[in-house]
Amino acid sequence: MSEIHDPAAPQSTSDLANTGRMDVSAVLEGAEIPETVSNIVFDLANVRVFYGDFEAVRDVTMQIGRNEITAFIGPSGCGKSTLLRSFNRMNDLIPGARVEGLLAYHGFDIYAPEVDPIEVRRRIGMVFQKPNVFPKSIYENVAYGPKVNGMKVNMDDLVEECLTRAALWDEVKDDLKKSAYALSGGQQQRLVIARCIAVKPEVILMDEPCASLDPIATAKIEDLMKELAKDYTIVIVTHNMQQAARVSERTAFFTADVDANGVRHGRLVEYGPTRRIFTAPNDPRTEDYISGRFG
Amino acid sequence: MTATLVSPDATAPIDLGGKGQPLADKTFRWILFLCLAVGIVFLFVLLAYVTIKGWPRLTPTLWENMPSIRRPEQAGAQSAITGTLWVITFTALFALPVGFLGAVYMEEYANPTSRFTRFVEINIQNLAAVPSIVYGILGLAIFARALALGQTVITAGLTLALLVLPVIIVSTREALRAVPQNIRHGSLALGATLWQTTWRQTMPAAIPGMATGTILALSRAIGEAAPLLLLGAVSFISFNPTGPFSAYTTLPIQIFNWTKESREEFQILASATIVLLLVILLAMNAVAILIRNRTQKRW
Ligand SMILES: Nc1ncnc2c1ncn2[C@@H]1O[C@H](COP(=O)(O)OP(=O)(O)OP(=O)(O)O)[C@@H](O)[C@H]1O
Ligand SMILES: [Mg+2]
Repeated sequence: MSEIHDPAAPQSTSDLANTGRMDVSAVLEGAEIPETVSNIVFDLANVRVFYGDFEAVRDVTMQIGRNEITAFIGPSGCGKSTLLRSFNRMNDLIPGARVEGLLAYHGFDIYAPEVDPIEVRRRIGMVFQKPNVFPKSIYENVAYGPKVNGMKVNMDDLVEECLTRAALWDEVKDDLKKSAYALSGGQQQRLVIARCIAVKPEVILMDEPCASLDPIATAKIEDLMKELAKDYTIVIVTHNMQQAARVSERTAFFTADVDANGVRHGRLVEYGPTRRIFTAPNDPRTEDYISGRFG
Repeated sequence: MTATLVSPDATAPIDLGGKGQPLADKTFRWILFLCLAVGIVFLFVLLAYVTIKGWPRLTPTLWENMPSIRRPEQAGAQSAITGTLWVITFTALFALPVGFLGAVYMEEYANPTSRFTRFVEINIQNLAAVPSIVYGILGLAIFARALALGQTVITAGLTLALLVLPVIIVSTREALRAVPQNIRHGSLALGATLWQTTWRQTMPAAIPGMATGTILALSRAIGEAAPLLLLGAVSFISFNPTGPFSAYTTLPIQIFNWTKESREEFQILASATIVLLLVILLAMNAVAILIRNRTQKRW
């Protein structure tokens, strides 16, 4: 009791971390990073995403940094998944979906007519909310990507390497031939991550990768993300504020505006280093959202 | 002690008897049961009738001997059995690749909202409802006459293939549609092409459903007599087909011809052959059901 109210106790955390409803003190760990992105992987200028006539995301301008974890947060329906899917042209698979504006990957417009979406997806991998393992063995799940991409590698070594990186090897090394469906949800999600890094992408997009997992599995995936961020650029959508605070270098806060016709359009409200977004946001809507008053 | 609002002895007796089942409910239940019973009883009466009648001829001679007009007590259905095998093999050879790939196109490649797709979709459903005799007329005009394939195994195979194609397409599409979208997306997100995704993920996952539909469609083709009568399957043929351009007869045709004969021996022979045909068809359906049950939903 006395510890909590002891005014003399060292103030190691910010006011927000102490008084807000969520413990986001994790943002205070590590070094401060500059506001501007220096090593740019994705450069978005006025990106708009449409489903038919409906403009789901309007006017996003931001830059994603190399080997950084960037978190997308915001209330449901504000277009986080929509924007994320446009990063590797998965939106092409939805009839009527279309992207306007400039979405450049290392300076190349990935929506230019001569771009092959298959090549884009090989370089920019994706992990979905629900672990979508293939109805095949664990081994074949990992080997599938390299096979279809015609990669000339020692498959056994690659499978072991990817499963090890995904922190799954020790749990499955004795039954690689077993169906992937026999794994638990958390193991399946790590398998999906192993499968994703097997094609050696540069970027991994993750859409709520821990939404269907328990706290222990979530912690494992988070550790894994931090580990992978040394070599990969990661963009993650999450509804979990603590997760954004724990893992990400930068955070983008999105929300949905209602226009004159009552239609909701997603837009980027604020983007910056996670520590600043969580401790000193510029926009009152960000402040409200992260302190749990809204959303 | 906890406080109670009503003292125990003041509690009114609880009646859980309800109002009883209303008469209408009971009657309806019986009507439903009777409808089901009529169907099942008829099936069993039919089976019992042909089995009892054909019993004396349900011996190996039935599939070892050739048909004969003069000695019905010795005649068998071997040429009809091999003819059926030949015809159904060619039916499968034509119908399966076209049906599977057509269904893959409609389900995986075509834009589902386009007018063309919807037009084709409605027409495939209509084709499935066209009487089989109409396919016989079509086969006669196109394959037998225009393409000069004559009254051969290949004409029969092509015609029956057209007959079962709509069913195969519809059932394959259903099997493909049952494969969860996130498996396709998982594959495409790894940089697989649409064809790789279809060939290595979607189709293997759909195989049980495709197999079930295919077997049911082929068993329908095996039982068809009408179009083949038009196409001139030969009534009495005492040799097995030797190739795609050979003359042939099939089990339903053989049965048809024997039942036309007035002598009792032929009636018995026909009954025995009906049992044989039914056993083949029921076995095929059993395999289809087995496949379906064995590969219950994995997602
Ligand atoms: N396939 C689609 N077709 C048409 N509209 C869509 C489609 N997917 C999403 N939308 C619409 O786009 C808007 C943004 O959806 P999106 O799924 O990107 O939101 P989100 O921020 O990811 O939400 P959540 O946090 O609930 O996942 C919503 O209004 C949604 O209805
Ligand atoms: Mg989403």
